Amino acid sequence: MSTFQPVDSPLLTEQAMYEQVIPAGDGWLHDLLPGQVLRIVDMEGNQAVDTLFYSTEDPTDHYSAVRTMTRQGNLYLTTGSTLLAESGRELMRITADTCGRHDTIGGACSAQSNTVRYAHDKLPMHNCRDTFMLMLSQRDEFTKRDLAPNVNFFMNVPVTPEGELTFADGLSAPGRYVELLALAPVTVLISNCPQLNNPCNAYNPTPAKVLIWNAEGVSAHV
Amino acid sequence: MTALFTMTMQPGNKWSAHVGRGKAITLTATGDRANLSALLFHAQDPAERYNMPDTLKAQHTAFLTTGNILMTDQGKALASITEDTVGWHDPLSGYTTRQATDEKYGKTTYQDQRNDWLRSGEENFKVELFRHNLSPRDIGVPVNFFSKVVCELDGTMKYMLQETAARSVTIRTEMDILLVLSNTPHPLDPSGQYPDASIVVSVADAEPVSEMDPCVVHCEENRRAFENTWNAYALLKGAN
Repeated sequence: MSTFQPVDSPLLTEQAMYEQVIPAGDGWLHDLLPGQVLRIVDMEGNQAVDTLFYSTEDPTDHYSAVRTMTRQGNLYLTTGSTLLAESGRELMRITADTCGRHDTIGGACSAQSNTVRYAHDKLPMHNCRDTFMLMLSQRDEFTKRDLAPNVNFFMNVPVTPEGELTFADGLSAPGRYVELLALAPVTVLISNCPQLNNPCNAYNPTPAKVLIWNAEGVSAHV
Repeated sequence: MTALFTMTMQPGNKWSAHVGRGKAITLTATGDRANLSALLFHAQDPAERYNMPDTLKAQHTAFLTTGNILMTDQGKALASITEDTVGWHDPLSGYTTRQATDEKYGKTTYQDQRNDWLRSGEENFKVELFRHNLSPRDIGVPVNFFSKVVCELDGTMKYMLQETAARSVTIRTEMDILLVLSNTPHPLDPSGQYPDASIVVSVADAEPVSEMDPCVVHCEENRRAFENTWNAYALLKGAN
């Protein structure tokens, strides 16, 4: 079994062209150009940042968890992982990672899945899939069909060789981050998870931060 | 149970159909290394569909077998695995692509091999989805019936051989579904030989679901998913 090696980024925060805090429970929808670098920071630790990626050139082409996993032969994402779309198009590559565990199969919480996992009376609670849908509803090109299994940055969902799936916490910490290089024009959708029903985040959703650096030698505004 | 419908899917074949609520679909493999990739949708509203993360999270499992249910993204029981002599069905690994099929088994074409050319799950799904007014946009995570993939603690995915010849799995429909099937190789099967197992698909009327049904009582989560399905159908049912 391999041991995680943290990979720091050489990029300086003062040179980022964009910086934004995403409060707990809020969403973020943003287009990246090829060569731009997105850093997602777990500001207070053990927060799940539910993230989806789409080809900006073809928004019907969504991030594919299973194509990404089978291509690399591994469930988890870390430095070197290439995130693929359902067409096989390469969307993003992880270029730095100081956390070491990012989940690909846990998906996003929803009002309806909360009724199944916890209790029927959880239906009114705020959830990631509502945030995803609110963000996607801003753009005519998206419909509900475009929701797909997402990445949960900073979340640890171990699978045992016996096929048991569990939720664990404690791997991330304040200030840990993951950095991704856009390999194509990519639309990024984030729900900063408001889940209050399980102990992964100590029942206390916290903010995340996103920073963007331009491709070297490019001064494009986004 | 008397089958209402039976068909055999040869290696490479695809098939899709609407299957009403309360049917038992039995899939039987005729050989080893079988793999049947399946997508499931709510028949009347295909935007509601089988959701891999919700299904696995609610049942705390990374594989599917007897007692497990397939859940929609709307928290409903879409289908249940009521019988299974295989033991492990893979929900994690997706479908074969055209590119991977060419790379692993050698490039084949209809022009050269006629109907012996090797089909991919990717193309089979695209065709069958388009037939039902859907598109590649609707390709999601399939269940790979008959295949076993074990994940090591560091996340490495390993295809494991398991006996599939003459083994079967029965899926009971809890909602009206659109079922899309592709008898194409598992993407992590390391063998360079295209699998030759055909799959017999047999559909019969299922017994009514009782409160003590093994899939209902499998865990509290399953019961609540069934309740969500029952409530949805109660709202649709006419007064007469």
